[in-house]
Amino acid sequence: MPEHALLEVEGVAASYGPFLALSDVTLSLRAGEIVALLGSNGAGKSTLIRCISGLLRPRAGDIRWEGASLSGVPAHAIVERGIAVVPEGRRLFPSMTVEEHLDLGAFAPHARAERARRLDEVHAIFPVLRERRKQLVRSLSGGQQQMVAIGRALMAAPRLLILDEPSLGLAPRVVESILGVLGEINGRGVSILLVEQNVHAALGLAHRAYILESGRVAGEGTGRELLDDPHVRRAYLGPLAARS
Amino acid sequence: MIAVLPQQLVLGLLIGGLYGLAAAGLSLVFGVLKVLNVAHGELIMLGGYGAFWLFALAGVDPFASLALVIPATTVLGAVLYWALFGWVVRYQEETRIKNSLLIGFGLALALHALAVRLWTADERSITTRYAGSAVEIAGLTVPLVRLASLAVALALIAALHLLLTRWRWGRAIRAAADDWEAALLTGIDVRRAYLLAFALGTSLAGAAGVLVSVGYSISPSIGLEWTLKALIVIVLAGLGSTFGTFAGGLVLGVAEAVSATVFGGPYREVVGLVIFFVVLVARPQGLFAR
Repeated sequence: MPEHALLEVEGVAASYGPFLALSDVTLSLRAGEIVALLGSNGAGKSTLIRCISGLLRPRAGDIRWEGASLSGVPAHAIVERGIAVVPEGRRLFPSMTVEEHLDLGAFAPHARAERARRLDEVHAIFPVLRERRKQLVRSLSGGQQQMVAIGRALMAAPRLLILDEPSLGLAPRVVESILGVLGEINGRGVSILLVEQNVHAALGLAHRAYILESGRVAGEGTGRELLDDPHVRRAYLGPLAARS
Repeated sequence: MIAVLPQQLVLGLLIGGLYGLAAAGLSLVFGVLKVLNVAHGELIMLGGYGAFWLFALAGVDPFASLALVIPATTVLGAVLYWALFGWVVRYQEETRIKNSLLIGFGLALALHALAVRLWTADERSITTRYAGSAVEIAGLTVPLVRLASLAVALALIAALHLLLTRWRWGRAIRAAADDWEAALLTGIDVRRAYLLAFALGTSLAGAAGVLVSVGYSISPSIGLEWTLKALIVIVLAGLGSTFGTFAGGLVLGVAEAVSATVFGGPYREVVGLVIFFVVLVARPQGLFAR
């Protein structure tokens, strides 16, 4: 285990105006890990991701990347350091083609240098994106749009890929294939922080998970531990799962 | 009345190209920064005086002066962004529009006063040796200078289109227009994309001003009129399509010509406002909805 984690979130508090969305969140992620972030709506998952990606400035606490604080680093520069985010709702650019998205994904200078190799990699993971490269993204299916969003993030040559609810609004079969791809991406050496409503699938995939409740960490453990935890089963897997 | 209509249509098309060019700059700035620069017409006016000065003082041909006015207004745009509009883009979109309106009105007044000081309130135009030349096409008279202006306007629109689709930062500008947060998460320095878009928009205004000063006339008070024309074109054509904006300009030029011919000269301007009103009623979801 390296001397410090790849990503360390320490005592982070954040608010939107008067509403405190996060209070004192501490968690970490080691190189090579898949970590899931679970919690109900409004628990603060998306807020935490906005803090890590530089879109929201924490009111307290610190976020460190490879030991160096990200405090005051603008969002676009955080991408250059190796953290790429697949935002909730995909957030694609409606006026652009698949190809343009992937090209823009490699906007940072270091990503630009290895653009061709990266593009081959993304096309290997999502062959359909090569076939559809000239199409505007709004003509794609939801699953394909999610592939564009993930592909765009991968083009930035990240060492940490953060995904905010990648399965939202997708058919179960599509969700399975998207989540399956995350294992493959992790196999290529990219660490993953996954926010997911689909708790069962997320815990099956992740090495470790944190549970966020009302803006603070309410639990952590390996996927297996959390799947066996009665509180987790009751709160996130439903009453049927709790009884079984 | 009907006999002169074809000739009026030709003249309408010719000025319509300039409406399109004027609108393209304003549309770019509004579409990307969500900032409404009501001093856009004053920037056109400044571009026109730039060409006028170069012609009067140094004998530079107005079309050649584009090579100087475009870079100069690009720099001017960067300075205006840095000094004024860059402060507005920190806020949410609603606030951006309101604050930019105030800044724009103030800037328009200041530039108008500056122009009166530098060049007096008189109307000016550039009279080159070839100013009176015209070509006859199918019995219609086409003034050469205005035809050349239309061609230059179209070429600039095409250049803008290429910049926005092929240039790395051009794509970044479009990404920032579509979704600035997603652009940030893609590693794009959105503030820099804004600066570039504003500078580009200002240079388009400068170029439009040069063409206005050579085919038509300029005075310190033309700003508001050109801002209005550009707004009407944007309302007609919507945001997001460069060539669509240009086409919107041509439509307005032709509509004005028809209105002036059928209802008489004083009604030239009315048609634009009628279009404004009709679009507002027909598209209540907002003037600038995509």
